[in-house]
Amino acid sequence: MNELPTKSYLNDPKGLKSWLLTLDHKRIGLLYLFSIMAAFALGGIFAMLIRLELLSPGKDFMEADTYNQLFTLHGAIMIFLFIIPSIPAILGNFALPLMIGAKDVAFPRLNLASWYIYILGSAFAVYSMVAGAADTGWTFYTPYSTETTTSVISMTLGAFILGFSSIFTGLNFIVTIHKLRSPGMSWFKMPLFVWGLYATAIIQVLATPVLGITLLLLIIERVAGIGIFDPAMGGDPVLYQHFFWFYSHPAVYIMILPGMGIISELISVFSNKKIFGYKAIAFSSLGIAFVSFLVWGHHMFVSGQSELAAMIFSFLTFFVGIPSGIKVFNWVTTMYRGSISLKTPMLYALSFLFLFTIGGLTGIFLGALSVDVHLHDTYFIVAHFHYVMMGGTVMAFLGGVHYWWPKIWGRMYSELWARISVALIFVGFNVTFFSQFILGSQGMPRRYYNYLDQYQPLHAFSTYGSWILGLGFVIMAVYLVHSLFKGRVAGSNPWGALTFEWTTASPPPHENFATIPETTHGPYDFDKIVPKRTLTED
Amino acid sequence: MAQATGQPHFLQHHFTDVEQQRESAKLGMWIFLITEVLLFGGLFCAYAIYRSWNPDIFHNAHVHLDIFAGTLNTVVLITSSVTMALAIRSMQLGNRPATLKFLITTLLLAAVFLVVKYFEYSHKIHLGQLPGKFYTFGGIEGTNPHIFFSVYFLMTGLHGFHVLAGMGVITWLIVRTQRNAFSAEYYTPVEMTGLYWHLVDLIWIFLFPLFYLVG
Ligand SMILES: [Cu+2]
Repeated sequence: MNELPTKSYLNDPKGLKSWLLTLDHKRIGLLYLFSIMAAFALGGIFAMLIRLELLSPGKDFMEADTYNQLFTLHGAIMIFLFIIPSIPAILGNFALPLMIGAKDVAFPRLNLASWYIYILGSAFAVYSMVAGAADTGWTFYTPYSTETTTSVISMTLGAFILGFSSIFTGLNFIVTIHKLRSPGMSWFKMPLFVWGLYATAIIQVLATPVLGITLLLLIIERVAGIGIFDPAMGGDPVLYQHFFWFYSHPAVYIMILPGMGIISELISVFSNKKIFGYKAIAFSSLGIAFVSFLVWGHHMFVSGQSELAAMIFSFLTFFVGIPSGIKVFNWVTTMYRGSISLKTPMLYALSFLFLFTIGGLTGIFLGALSVDVHLHDTYFIVAHFHYVMMGGTVMAFLGGVHYWWPKIWGRMYSELWARISVALIFVGFNVTFFSQFILGSQGMPRRYYNYLDQYQPLHAFSTYGSWILGLGFVIMAVYLVHSLFKGRVAGSNPWGALTFEWTTASPPPHENFATIPETTHGPYDFDKIVPKRTLTED
Repeated sequence: MAQATGQPHFLQHHFTDVEQQRESAKLGMWIFLITEVLLFGGLFCAYAIYRSWNPDIFHNAHVHLDIFAGTLNTVVLITSSVTMALAIRSMQLGNRPATLKFLITTLLLAAVFLVVKYFEYSHKIHLGQLPGKFYTFGGIEGTNPHIFFSVYFLMTGLHGFHVLAGMGVITWLIVRTQRNAFSAEYYTPVEMTGLYWHLVDLIWIFLFPLFYLVG
């Protein structure tokens, strides 16, 4: 049977110091894993509290001000501390160098620095929570954000600092992909996850500095009252919104593109079939990255931008549907006549396909001007966003975590419990958020503490869903931790995949490969090669 | 880390050769410079908007900037870019004393730039030509003349911060050069700092006409 290697990146060298000063991309990925999961748990608890308060109209157990702070913290933590870094910083860090046959990322020290900057930024965010948490919503819109007495500065400063962490990761990945591919790995031999990370990194590098300057201006405005966003002093609050969305719309593609990369891996491997339309998928990632910079105004249809601008932004927004649609069709076609194995990662990939398609299509509704005027700032937006971000990115992230888990630790989790958990998460998610589409279309505004009695049944339904969802995550935490100690030893290639990371030991040695692998076939050539699986069915 | 295989000591373990390491550093630096351009881009955008809304104020306010000081600083920064380039060239030729000399000159010129900026700023603070609510100057016609100074202080302030950061890096280079860390084979940090320094210079070359010469 399989055995764990005696020496791997996990135990060589030993000691806390060797972890905190590590330059190994795999260890840095794990440092990110633990810290980002802590943020996810915190943001998740806040979400549960919000849903609990909304179980019935009026006050259930918290004050309106507390409620405002909680949804702000939920949003800010989930966006800046969890979902933006999640896939690139955890799975990208771990898998990218392995997948292209490199020993490490191009700048290992910068990589470690990015983690410390992440911790510093998170510290500011946490400080903001105890020092009178911000109640502005995660968008920090002026003029409210410059007037409220809550601690906006520490939260925005935290987000500002986290931006550097994101830029460093993106910069590192671009250079790594350009310069460190192993001999013979041409651009079109790269796994599609690498393409996804590449497109993501481009957005990280181009958009994040604009968020940086925006938050800096907001902080200066709040501290010194320079009036740059204050209409009473000749400034313009809408300029803040333009700046903010110039970053934050592309940022949703920072969140989704690496997820799409994971889905490409999962669909091909678990259909045991060559990916359909490799180049179309690769280029559509770049296409999405490009279009993402031209559509920010769709967040401002009712903010007083010119009608002409709104029409152009609406028109361009529809274009995002094209590369996204190309991907979905290619994934579905890949599965057609494949021999599909419904392992946990594949179940997440299928969940992604289903939920992301709903999220994407409702995005088209919202991109249409007249419809948006009706649905703007309602629960419909909340539902759409969660279908794309949680139904999309988080499902892909969880699929990726389960896919690479045996590579990271060398051990398998319990497939049975993993399937129970994915079922609970899928059902819980839909119960929680589909009801919010209906609530929104009936006019329930987002971010409200109180609501009319007529909305109560759907709100209650949504809250019940959050409990199912929460249960799914608790089960996941238990079986994943359990697997570290008791899981079956997975061997180097438990899924029968063809990319490089599955050719080395699980967990891999410190230097990744005994000898640098050479590209002899494409990453998805299941039609030519029958990979040897190291783990058979129970 | 020294390698047993006869690899040069400055080659990091995850690169296959010196060329790959140097190319990577260069690409990384260029990407970093792009992020800098975008950082300033937000402010240039704010400048464009507020100037197009308040053309008269920008015109009336800009005459209160000291064109002599601005011109002097432009000359100082361009000269420092030249000395930086000469420092790189000297290291390429393996001439350590010349490198040191040029780096120190660059550092001094950067300091001159900041000193001139200090006198300009303190004069403005004295007169109350300041952003937002701090504006107390009475000599400019039109509503909200402080807008000009908000944008002026934001942009030149951010630029000044970059000059300061550059001085820090150049100081580090001077120390490293003295300790013989660089040679004709390995001078990547000097070269990369040079790229950064040229960008800082370039941004000033845009700021100077936009503020001092808008009339
Ligand atoms: Cu958007």
